[in-house]
Amino acid sequence: MWKWLHPYANPEVSYHFAGKLLPWLSALAVLFLSIGLVWALAFAPADYQQGDSFRIFYIHVPAASLSMGIYFGMAITAFTSLVWQFKLADASAAAMAPVGATFTAIALITGAAWGKPMWGTWWIWDARLTSELILLFLYLGVIALQSAFEDKNLAGKAAGILTLVGVINLPIIKYSVEWWNTLHQGSTVSKLGKPSMSVDMLWPFLFCFLGFILLVSVIICIRFRSEILARNSIRPWVRTLVSAHLTQEKTNAV
Amino acid sequence: MNPRRKKRLTIVGSVLVGIAVVAGLVLYALSQNIDLFFTPAEITQGKKDSGIKPQIGQRIRIGGLVVPNTVKRDPNNLKVSFSLSDMKMPIVFDESDIMVSVHYEGILPDLFREAQGIVANGTLTRSSSGELYVEASEVLAKHDENYMPAELADAAGKDYKKLDYSDKQLKNNY
Repeated sequence: MWKWLHPYANPEVSYHFAGKLLPWLSALAVLFLSIGLVWALAFAPADYQQGDSFRIFYIHVPAASLSMGIYFGMAITAFTSLVWQFKLADASAAAMAPVGATFTAIALITGAAWGKPMWGTWWIWDARLTSELILLFLYLGVIALQSAFEDKNLAGKAAGILTLVGVINLPIIKYSVEWWNTLHQGSTVSKLGKPSMSVDMLWPFLFCFLGFILLVSVIICIRFRSEILARNSIRPWVRTLVSAHLTQEKTNAV
Repeated sequence: MNPRRKKRLTIVGSVLVGIAVVAGLVLYALSQNIDLFFTPAEITQGKKDSGIKPQIGQRIRIGGLVVPNTVKRDPNNLKVSFSLSDMKMPIVFDESDIMVSVHYEGILPDLFREAQGIVANGTLTRSSSGELYVEASEVLAKHDENYMPAELADAAGKDYKKLDYSDKQLKNNY
């Protein structure tokens, strides 16, 4: 069943595959993000209570969802790396971690900037905010472990274990607003039933959301490729690639 | 699947299940401490499972909906009091709802209005007439997850006017 996946365990194949995806993903990311952000920030209607402050929703919610989505992706790679010991799984986790940490930070910062005018406070120790902050610390821990060992396999294993332990935080973040009393409101879009926003507000959100997903894919693709190169720098195919690139540069310079 | 992978899969799987169980039990044990606030009913009757009630003089957070027509503002300063009732869906207020009033002095958040969610931080106090109220030092607005343009809100007959402050109210405080 999984036979078709096997060639991609080869770093060279994966490197070129990611390279082929890159232009498509980039073009789509630019397309969706530019339409989505302009639509959301300039043309979508303002909220009846919150006015234009509501527009931060269009960045805050995708960032927060992606902070959890990337972590989930990392958990899958950690799982496959621990069980099947694909070396590439560690490389992709290393590619994802800093991106996820950045999006967690974006979610926290935009949330604080939204909380101050609407709630009246930058920060409150409620279950949603606290668990999202823990997610940031988990990311930082994973990044630290990934770079704490000379031996990349050992580093991948250690970081993978932390990633898997931390995955328990994801349902806590997601359901914190339902399980406990919190200041943070419930989910608007990702819930059973109809989203709690009008259609002319929802469409720009969907564009933004897809745009951010594509943007994250682009960044992870680029990072994944450079991780592969860094981890396989002594392989002949990398050497050929690099020397070809250098001759190209030299001719360009001349 | 070869036996070594199978073994690793069992180990990783059982560790994950173990962590999930431990986290579940910890969160269950802590569940009441994770709540950000007491609701008015929990203050007067205790928490649902444990029956724990906050003590008089204890610093607590109270959260609930501002009951319409209970907002009393002093025309000369920023003193304000209002009653909160438990959040519920759909939002219908009734005389028999359990209410706890909140006393506060200061500017309320922009989103403060009747039937809006509020979380106030302060001391639980008993008045001379024996009624419980919260002497708040901080009032935060808890908005819901429903967003809509003003036209839709108007069509639905929602009232969302911001509070105004007179110069007199503001002068005595700054």
